[in-house]
Amino acid sequence: MSVKVYGRRAFFMLLFVALLAASALLSIMEGSVEVPASEIFGAFMGDSGLHEQIIWNIRLPRTIVAALVGVNLSLSGAILQAVMKNPLADPHIIGISSGAGLSGIFVMLLFPEYEHCVTPAAFLGAMMAAVFIYILAWKNGIRPIRIILAGVAVSAFLGAGISALMIFYSDRVHSALMWMVGGLSARSWPHVMMLWPYALAGSLMAFFGARHLNILQLGDDVAKGLGLRVEIVRIALTAVAALLAASAVSVVGLLGFVGLIVPHMTRLMIGSDYRILLPGAAIFGAAVVMFSDTISRVAFSPIELPVGILMAVFGAPFFLFLLRRQV
Amino acid sequence: MSVNVKNLSVEIEGKEILHNVDIEFTEGKRTAIIGPNGAGKSTLLRVLAKLNTSYAGQILMDGEDIRDISKKKYARRLAVLPQGLSAPADVTVGALVDYGRFPYRSWHSGSRNEDDINAVDSAIRYTKLEALRDRQVMSLSGGERQRAWIAMALAQQPDYLLLDEPTTYLDIAHQLEVMDIVRQMNREHGITVIMVLHDINHALQYADEIVVIKNHGIYAHGVPNDVLTVDMIGRVFGVKADIFRNSLGASVLSPVSLI
Repeated sequence: MSVKVYGRRAFFMLLFVALLAASALLSIMEGSVEVPASEIFGAFMGDSGLHEQIIWNIRLPRTIVAALVGVNLSLSGAILQAVMKNPLADPHIIGISSGAGLSGIFVMLLFPEYEHCVTPAAFLGAMMAAVFIYILAWKNGIRPIRIILAGVAVSAFLGAGISALMIFYSDRVHSALMWMVGGLSARSWPHVMMLWPYALAGSLMAFFGARHLNILQLGDDVAKGLGLRVEIVRIALTAVAALLAASAVSVVGLLGFVGLIVPHMTRLMIGSDYRILLPGAAIFGAAVVMFSDTISRVAFSPIELPVGILMAVFGAPFFLFLLRRQV
Repeated sequence: MSVNVKNLSVEIEGKEILHNVDIEFTEGKRTAIIGPNGAGKSTLLRVLAKLNTSYAGQILMDGEDIRDISKKKYARRLAVLPQGLSAPADVTVGALVDYGRFPYRSWHSGSRNEDDINAVDSAIRYTKLEALRDRQVMSLSGGERQRAWIAMALAQQPDYLLLDEPTTYLDIAHQLEVMDIVRQMNREHGITVIMVLHDINHALQYADEIVVIKNHGIYAHGVPNDVLTVDMIGRVFGVKADIFRNSLGASVLSPVSLI
């Protein structure tokens, strides 16, 4: 590898780590009550300061949830883009969003008293939709184009269900709407507990899959010629991507932007070698969600903007800028 | 050492592509497969390369049924360059050639050993790509790009090399350059070459043996001067042709008109 490429990757990885640290600190500091940085370091050292409760029970878990969601969605999208050989592939395409959306909103609107079941219901719905699409697309093995088309059809079908529910129960639709764009308000330790095993297991599997994803990018024929078991790798890694995205979406709602755009932005900055791209996208994704969540909390305080809106509004133009420049 | 195709029949989506094909590819030779479009040339190559695994019949490599050889082990013995090759925009020549070492690595570890480094270096030297090692594959000219893919196949250190129309889209200088490298690999490394060729003159010039496919089966198989006759070109391609010796004494085919 040339020195230039190496230096460029090192630069961006360091930048991502710096962004991660800065976003984490900012996310714990900022909010309706401002916590000074010194007190945060103090709290980690065991000092009991004025804002100890806020740090431990509100800011820190929410920050961790944001980071894990960022990691899971970015990895999921990055994996799917290689597995499906399609730049538009993201967790939507394998039905994660529509599946989670319909079952989550079903619980929210019809059984509002069981609000605490929204997360497991959404997770179940997401996985069921993904499996369903896989079964529909199966015909002598899996071809990416069939998954994508089956995914579009199933998503449209489930989307109709979501729209119907929202219209029939339009009086209760507010919470469902917030969840549809994705937000992190009131996310705390239980959500961290739900997310971290998936983040850890998914990351490990994704990193072991990195070399296989590199080979898969050369096309199915070349990959097979190099001895890659294309079918098995495709199924296994799609399953990993589905679990990663389902866990994230079930906790924070249908956060659409991260899974599609963060992997692309990372690719434009550090290239398409998945051994670097996956960790890069994970770190960058975590930083992006933490940072956006912080801004969404403080920008229009005391009103909290759903983070999904903010990310799309600022992220999409930035992505277009990168695309034009082809950094 | 040889590849033996026994009673091979292939159907793709209900259409018969190859029917009861029996053929033996001899070790150490360069065999060209020619025939009209849609005759089943590429399908035969894809079956040999295990890219197409739904077929009836049997293919023996050195006496072993290729269905019983694991994908990775197969990739250490046989390299294939299909048509329509493409790589992500930022993959460099060095990285691409290194992918040729994939079949030699375990699923969990990607670390390079000395064999890997030597194989990649010598493949790059062999294809004269030293100066382009850090260039992006997709930014190269057609001929250089094809050389990079050949280098990847060479890094697999195979006994067999399968090529599907390796000179498509290249100008005549790059066509000869690619064919020269292939011949040199065959001569110096003893790699058995099986290639689908479009240009019958390339087959005449570079192949030891020629296989002619027509109507889903083998029409003829033998040394170029026996197989490539005016009569055969007329029957297989429906073309009236002239075969003569050029100023260097080599046989040349010149298509004249449709029959």
